[in-house]
Amino acid sequence: MELTGAQALIKSLEQQGVDTVFGLPGGAILPVYDPLLDSSIRHILVRHEQGAGHMAEGYAMATGRAGVAMVTSGPGATNIVTPITNAHMDSTPLVVITGQVATSSIGLDAFQECDITGITMGVTKHNFLVQSAHELPRAVAAAFHLATTGRPGPVLIDVPKDVAQSTMEWWYPSGIEELGLPGYRPTVELDESAVARCVALIESSERPVLYVGGGTLKSRATAELLAFAERTRIPVVTTLMARGAFPDSHDQHLGMPGMHGVYAAVTAIQRADLLITLGARFDDRVTGKIAAFAPDAKVIHVDIDRAEFGKIRRPDVALQTDVATALRAFDAAGARPRNLDGWWREIRSWQASYPLTYDEPEVDGPLRPQHVIESIARTAPAGTIVASGVGQHQMWTAQHWPFEEPNTWVNSGGAGTMGFGVPAAIGAKAGRPDRTVWCIDGDGCFQMTAQELVTARSEGIPIKVAILNNAYLGMVRQWQEMFYDERYSEVYLSPDLPDYVKWAEAMGCVGLRATNVKEMNDVIDEANTINDVPVVIDFRTDSAEKVFPMVPAGVSNDDILVHPSQRGGAR
Amino acid sequence: MNVPEPFAGESTHSPVRHHILSVLVENKSGVLARIAGLFARRGFNIYSLAVAPSESHARYSRVTIVVDAESAPLEQIVGQLDKLVNVVDITDIAPREAVERELLLATIKTDVANRTPLLDTLGNAGAAIVDVDPGAVTVMLAGTPSACDDLERALEAFAEVELHRTGRVALPRLGRSTPTTPEP
Ligand SMILES: Cc1ncc(C[n+]2csc(CCOP(=O)(O)OP(=O)(O)O)c2C)c(N)n1
Ligand SMILES: [Mg+2]
Repeated sequence: MELTGAQALIKSLEQQGVDTVFGLPGGAILPVYDPLLDSSIRHILVRHEQGAGHMAEGYAMATGRAGVAMVTSGPGATNIVTPITNAHMDSTPLVVITGQVATSSIGLDAFQECDITGITMGVTKHNFLVQSAHELPRAVAAAFHLATTGRPGPVLIDVPKDVAQSTMEWWYPSGIEELGLPGYRPTVELDESAVARCVALIESSERPVLYVGGGTLKSRATAELLAFAERTRIPVVTTLMARGAFPDSHDQHLGMPGMHGVYAAVTAIQRADLLITLGARFDDRVTGKIAAFAPDAKVIHVDIDRAEFGKIRRPDVALQTDVATALRAFDAAGARPRNLDGWWREIRSWQASYPLTYDEPEVDGPLRPQHVIESIARTAPAGTIVASGVGQHQMWTAQHWPFEEPNTWVNSGGAGTMGFGVPAAIGAKAGRPDRTVWCIDGDGCFQMTAQELVTARSEGIPIKVAILNNAYLGMVRQWQEMFYDERYSEVYLSPDLPDYVKWAEAMGCVGLRATNVKEMNDVIDEANTINDVPVVIDFRTDSAEKVFPMVPAGVSNDDILVHPSQRGGAR
Repeated sequence: MNVPEPFAGESTHSPVRHHILSVLVENKSGVLARIAGLFARRGFNIYSLAVAPSESHARYSRVTIVVDAESAPLEQIVGQLDKLVNVVDITDIAPREAVERELLLATIKTDVANRTPLLDTLGNAGAAIVDVDPGAVTVMLAGTPSACDDLERALEAFAEVELHRTGRVALPRLGRSTPTTPEP
């Protein structure tokens, strides 16, 4: 069967089981958009290529399958570099297809030429510049294999226009050997002697902590985690990337560690004698000052990526495997720590003294952002997916939203990309139309990518967006208040400009506003009844509200600042 | 952040904590850029780098990288390098366990006065003359990196020298268990 490269590309995507592609056409990718008309694949036409990338990320995080985005060359390609970087930092499986100028024009500064494989070399797991139509099926199959196995990540396929236009005899790689990846070996044999050393460390520990990172979700190890934790009674902390990997309602769950972590989670790590690190990477937002991080702890480091071992903290045992395999091996060996009663007594006292807290909202406003989040969560159906932008609202959501299930938290961790929330929520809803999807956004973040609500409305993707409108680039304002003598430099945004309700309506969404607690409850109820179009709610929140606890950057986790109402006693 | 520039560093070619990585890579365009880019963005230092098509297979090339194991732990460098999809195999050869060779080419202006000392220097180093004209000679030394260092220093005594070195290639020493003998 003779196909054009473009037809082969679309057919290859179908072969991979792709049901949704997020994108926006242009000159160099034009040939590929033609066979798309005849394909079963749903294409979602975005309003900016950054939106396509974040939607593909949201799709991937909510479904566990690779997200796919397709854009044109030059500015189309550079517009998607931010999402690619974001996916690289958070190990999200992504396949990005970019158009490129014809092979005969490459290197000649042709119209809309840009060296996108060069630009993205450092922020992709791998990328391909496809040289012939015959190679396209192999490139697509290899891209999906690379994106979704081992440590997942973004893979970019650059397709020159003439490659898409020329013809090939259809074929598709029948197995991994035909992918042409002799240097890629994502799995290694389980090192039984390392397992034995892990088991020995666990059995001699008295103050162990399960330090659970995003890799636990990537390896779908939540059932194994629950079983191991319940059998051993070891306390659990879940990082920003791992929220949902262990039920928040579980009494062994101490919450999130790190810069804005729960006091008991942060302090348990600091006092631990053993960290069982599961697919986490000792990010500076978790460790604080690294020299003072968990000073007495031995470290078991389980990761599929051996380059993580010793990158930040030298492990006592490194176990290169996926988290599920490791936990099954620990369970098979019956690994069990010593009696943890004393350890739990200490932890319970920290939990009792320093729970997450915030001041009650005044009846007539402004709203407390944490209260808004908890109120939305209370009325949201089980399994609701939550996305967020980056800033205070993100930290409050990570702290106060009750996560019970994997793949319900869609957020930008390693890159901290403002504007991630709205498009990522749209992608998540496109991938999981059966679920309610809320985006808890900041006013600053919303203004970066809000135009994608036009996409959501026209594609029939009814997400709900809660803008925690504090009229500020709030997280930056918090740092300026605390560390720059309240000298506020370029952080004020205004609560009324833009008018978020009118803006929402102009984009075909329902726009609502709440300034006090009564209105808040009313608009949440109203939003919950709207299931055909996107809803945007402008929640007027207190500009002065700050995120606590907080470990200032570069400071020891021992010097954690708790909520002002909890100070004065022990600290 | 203070990221050292790749290829920078002392001009000495025998750093104390260098390590030799013999890296088999797929012969694809952009592979060198991937390696150089990785070293640059991770702040790993390269002392020298030599590339040639592989002995056995047209599909592969062999890249010999001398790395500074002080700029980052060796496992970090190897682990990150191994993640490059086009990297097929990495052999890490400790300097003590390596047979290392490098090629030095130098053109030196000659005159009546310097001819004798120059010939002495070349003779001592075991360098060969590979090109001559009335006012200059081009000499070559294939030897250990330290022999090349010695000749390079000795040639500093002569005016107007143009000198190039290839960077070293290396193979594991045979019968590694026996104590290493000094290089001839
Ligand atoms: C693209 C991008 N630019 C700048 C920043 C730095 N930054 C981090 S949080 C933040 C403020 C976010 O403001 P908003 O969305 O209103 O959230 P808030 O903190 O007020 O909840 C800024 C500017 C960033 N993370 N990403
Ligand atoms: Mg704000």
